[in-house]
Amino acid sequence: MTLLKDGFFDPEELENLPGVPSKKRLIQGPVVVIECAQEIPCNPCEEACHKKAIQIGDSIIDLPILDADKCSGCGLCIASCPGQAIFVVDTTYSDKEAAIQLPYEFLPYPEEEQLVNGLNRAGEKVCSAKVLKVLNHKKFDRTAVITIVVPIQYAMEVRNIALR
Amino acid sequence: MRKTEFAIVGAGPAGLSAAIEAARAGVKVVLADENQRPGGQLFKQIHKFFGSEAHHAGVRGIDIGTMLLQQVSQQKNVEIMLDSVVWGIFRANTSHTLGVIHNSKNIHLKARKVLLATGATENVLAFPGWTLAGVMGAGAIQTLVNVHRVLPGKRVLMVGSGNVGLIVSYQLLQAGAEVVAIVEALPKIGGYAVHAGKVARTGVPILTSTTVKEVHGKDKVEKAVLVQIDKNWQPLTGTERELEVDVVCLACGLSPLAELAWITGCKFTDVPELGGHVPIHNENMETTVPGIYVAGDLAGIEEASTAIEEGRLVGIAVAEALGYLAAGEAKDKKTEISSRAEQLREGPFGIARKQAKEQLICRSLSE
Repeated sequence: MTLLKDGFFDPEELENLPGVPSKKRLIQGPVVVIECAQEIPCNPCEEACHKKAIQIGDSIIDLPILDADKCSGCGLCIASCPGQAIFVVDTTYSDKEAAIQLPYEFLPYPEEEQLVNGLNRAGEKVCSAKVLKVLNHKKFDRTAVITIVVPIQYAMEVRNIALR
Repeated sequence: MRKTEFAIVGAGPAGLSAAIEAARAGVKVVLADENQRPGGQLFKQIHKFFGSEAHHAGVRGIDIGTMLLQQVSQQKNVEIMLDSVVWGIFRANTSHTLGVIHNSKNIHLKARKVLLATGATENVLAFPGWTLAGVMGAGAIQTLVNVHRVLPGKRVLMVGSGNVGLIVSYQLLQAGAEVVAIVEALPKIGGYAVHAGKVARTGVPILTSTTVKEVHGKDKVEKAVLVQIDKNWQPLTGTERELEVDVVCLACGLSPLAELAWITGCKFTDVPELGGHVPIHNENMETTVPGIYVAGDLAGIEEASTAIEEGRLVGIAVAEALGYLAAGEAKDKKTEISSRAEQLREGPFGIARKQAKEQLICRSLSE
């Protein structure tokens, strides 16, 4: 299990998580990907979702279960996650591109339209990415939510950006 | 000689929470802390906390600290004494007298109940070169970076992958330092995977089964030598590698800061799951010395969120013992607080602490 050795998932580890949508759902449009694999006492994502698409329940160590049909990919849960483990992936952004919303806490923030490096879970540069939006609502409490556009094959790989 | 009903040593999350709960019930409280500011470690915690809404989950530690300070300032019967080192506790039949150095003057503070919420001290790791300037504890680095906004160096080697090592690595990155690597002697990462993931996806390598062999430098750290270790903690010859770094940050765990509890005569037991020797205490957090309570890291190394709940518990228990709360009301409040604390000890990261705490309380019954 690479998660506990290196700090990031291999693809099989990820697919089996209850917060990760099916491949079928992923091709249908924006949806949240909750990369939360350990039973730690935490549930703000459940409360952040207005559509009740994330369920944890009374035992707050349970993993978040995603009801992907209820999820619109709004991204309100992203900044609520103290572990920064929530992303929104839209593989329908264009024929060849996907949009990814990710949490970001480094200054300076990128500008909209800026080209940045798309990094995978190990921090390796895998592609170029264009910044679409930088949201920094008061409610997000200084965790910005950044939307980037990447080549579609990297939709489930890119999880961070590096400014050039 | 000054007198109060309830003296608290340590104005961190546990001490502040105890003061708030006790004062709300009507208890007169004096809260002593050796620092210039109250809040303990909370003001270094710039990350969002875990838990549920009742535990202030999703709120940054620094903001929880501000909230607790606001709550305590609303209580007219709490006096906070800063720059106050409590150096001794003397027992009498129904009270305790604290020796306190306050503003360079020695004063005696007599209290009917005392809470020791002294927190923890960092564990260190000794290796050749560990006394060089630039080898620092994670707590010192957090103070420099997050409180005083000073970067101690540019290229950091983090030793330890528990939550402290992972969080401080992330905060160093936020402050603009480069974290060259995180080494972990165990074969797996100690802290939460989500904390590891945040650091890993910036490109910081986390090297398990690896430790620091030695650190070199003329007057300060210039280079660290890493070595892989086998499952018996023996270095594997030939696996050494050098890293150019100017800071080596030690995040090797914490131990309860227990001197005051020792000299007060509290009975201790060694509980590795709770960070070492901890005072035996009952479900009210009262030690084997009547009237002396413990909470927070001194009662077992845990999180700030559990320290808050334990502090609240002591506040209620003390208010009850002093006659400010009826038994039934106190019981309801204590049950509610305990269940919130228990929630934080669920799951694979909490179960050992949960069991250890339960055993401590059982043990207190036979003392």
